[in-house]
Order: sequence, then structure tokens, then C-alpha cells
Amino acid sequence: MATFKFELVSPERILFSGDVVSVIVPSVEGEMTVLAGHAPLVAVIKAGIVFVQTTESNGKEFFINGGLVEVNQETTTILAEQGRFIEDVDTAVLDAEILTAETRLSGSHNDDEKKRLHDTLVQLREFKHVFEQRKAA
Amino acid sequence: MPSLKDLRNRIASVKATQKITKAMQMVAAAKLRRAQMAAEAARPYAERMETVLSNLASGVSGSSAPRLIAGTGSDKVHLLLVLTAERGLCGAFNSSIARLARDKANALKAEGKTVKIICVGKKGYDILRRQFADEIIEFIDLREFKQVGYVNAEAIAQNLLARFAAGEFDVATLFFSKFKSVIAQIPTAQRIIPAEIPEGTKQTDAVYDYEPDEGEILEALLPRNLTVQILRGLLENAASEQGARMSAMDSATRNAGEMIKKQTQLYNRSRQAMITKELIEIISGAEAL
Repeated sequence: MATFKFELVSPERILFSGDVVSVIVPSVEGEMTVLAGHAPLVAVIKAGIVFVQTTESNGKEFFINGGLVEVNQETTTILAEQGRFIEDVDTAVLDAEILTAETRLSGSHNDDEKKRLHDTLVQLREFKHVFEQRKAA
Repeated sequence: MPSLKDLRNRIASVKATQKITKAMQMVAAAKLRRAQMAAEAARPYAERMETVLSNLASGVSGSSAPRLIAGTGSDKVHLLLVLTAERGLCGAFNSSIARLARDKANALKAEGKTVKIICVGKKGYDILRRQFADEIIEFIDLREFKQVGYVNAEAIAQNLLARFAAGEFDVATLFFSKFKSVIAQIPTAQRIIPAEIPEGTKQTDAVYDYEPDEGEILEALLPRNLTVQILRGLLENAASEQGARMSAMDSATRNAGEMIKKQTQLYNRSRQAMITKELIEIISGAEAL
């Protein structure tokens, strides 16, 4: 299968770099799959799971809390605000994230920022719900 | 002429100091490795961010551009964000950053501009406070954080954005020390508001799809870019600090070694002179009998 170069970087480090078959990205306007030869695109991502298919039968998952994806002919890059390996994520981590967002929302006076934080909060809660269901299954 | 006991004490004290500087050098070397890794790990993100940003920014221009790129239209009030270390004993590291900031502040004042300063790190605050007590509007202390990270940078960026939104300043400049190598750290000034968009990055002729639209992405991206730039400054600074401390402590250790050598020689000479003197006294006393 055709592969393409993919990089997942967070401000602190590179989480993933290599050739992949496909990447599923939780963009703000819905999940989308990027395959080799995808049209150039820049999209905002919400909190959720990025699924990276490295070979036909193998994949890796990452948790991402907001960010941006850029697709061009040569490479696909995700700039994550926060990124973790899915193994490092549990309910406690998500709760902590939700709490930070909540405290920052209550302390904010800027309307734009309030809207942004509110969106983040909704996304995080939604994701926590999905995450718990996944774990139960 | 110092007595033998004085010399012995002096040698002992220099030896003790040497041990301390030696230990500090080794600690700095170990910390440097970690700080350097952190600084290098943060580079890819900042670079990619710049590419995406310049691609986006070339699309929007004129009056529709967000204020973080276009500026407020005036440059009367300048904000200097000075990043320094929390600890001293690292050579000229803190003072060279402070000097750069001071020169800039003086130049701006000479032009009749208003200057405001935010200090991050105790040492820079201590130095600048002497001359710019009225200009310093805030001092941010990062001493309690062992390793500075995204959270710290974000807090500073939010602080800056709130002030910018309130119209407290027009132009913001970031001062930090770029880590080039262990012996070379370059104090750097970088304009962060309005954002400096690197020109001449390779333009892909492809037309991007934007989701949601271009302006909205840019709105979301610019504050984040500010955070990333500050984070980069903090991490570069952390690496520079350890590098500067390492070389400063290395030369301190060497100087202490030299001093010990000199003092030991002096001690031995005076000891020998004393023995010779006593011998002469005994011999001449015996001869006189």
C-alpha cells in the first residue's frame, strides 16, 4: 500500500515520525482519514484520539488535546498542543485536564478566550465519555 | 610576610572552594545534557509552526489581518520581556541579557517611546531594578519549577495577550540567550508582537483547503505561536544557563588550582627559609661557645 511521511509533534517532543498508511484525525468538523496523495489541507483538531496506521495490520493511537494538522504533498504534520501515548492516558489524566480547563474558564474575562475554553471543555468531556465506554467494552 | 599558619589556612580554604566549584561544574554538565535535549526537542514544533504560519499569513494581508500580525498601527509603547536565570554563578550569562535589554530600553527612551518591562527570572530583575524600577511592571518567578515547560510558557503568553488586548503596549520584544554551544551563548532580542513572519520560506504552489476558514485558523494559531516562541526562549535560556555555568565553574576550578600551586610554593619556601634561619642560629650559637 502507498505510504506517506507523517509526523506528530508536541511542543515538548516528537511523538511519532515515520512512514504510515493512513492517519485518522479528529478535526473540529468531524473525523477524517488522511491517505497518501490527500489534497493539501490545514485543519484545526479537537481533543480526541489520533489513529496512525503504520502497516496494513498495525496501528498506534495517541491522545491529543487540541492542535492543528497540515497536509501537503510531501508530508503530513500534526502540531498538537498536548500529546500523549494512549497508554499514558487514564481517567485521572482526563479529569485533571478538565479541571484545569474549568479553573481557567472561571478565571477568564476575555470573551474569545472564554469561547475557546468552553469548546475545549465540551470536547474533553465528550472524549472522556467515549474513553470510558471504550474501556468498558 | 604571612606566617606559616596563615598560609596553611589560606591553602585549605582555596581547596574547599575548588571542591565546590568542581562539584558545581559537574552538576551543570549533567543538567546541561537534559536542558539541551529539551531545547532540541522543542525545535521541530517551533519550526513547523513557523512554516504553517508563514503559509497562512501570506494569504491574509491588509486591514483584515489580525492585530497580532499587523500590530496596533502605532509603536509608542514597547514591552520588553526579559528572560534570565533564577540563580547566579554562571559567568556573564545574566548580565549580558540584561545589558542587551538595558541598551534597547535606553535607545527606545531616547526616541521618546514609553518602555515597560516584564522580568522573568530573579537575576535579571535584580540587575534591571536598579535603573528601571519605574518601568518594571511585573516580575515572574519560576523558581519553584524544576523544569520549565509548556504550562509556564502558556501562562506568560496569556499574561501578555491580556495586556495586549487591554491596549497596554504596542510592540513586545523577547530577550533571551540562544544556546549555540557550551562556550557560546548569544543574547538575542526577538520581536514577538506583532509576530515576525519569516520571509522567503519555500512556497508550495499547492492551494490549501482550510477547515474551518483561513482567518479562524490564524486567530487560533497566533496565540499558540506566541506561547511556542516564549517556550523556545525559556528552553534555550535553560540550556544556555547551564552551559555558561559549566564554563564559568570550569575556569574557577582552574584558577583555584593555580592559586593553590602558588600558595603551596610560597609555603614551602618560607618553611625552608625558617629552617635555614634556625640552623644558622644554632650553628653560630655553638661557634660562639
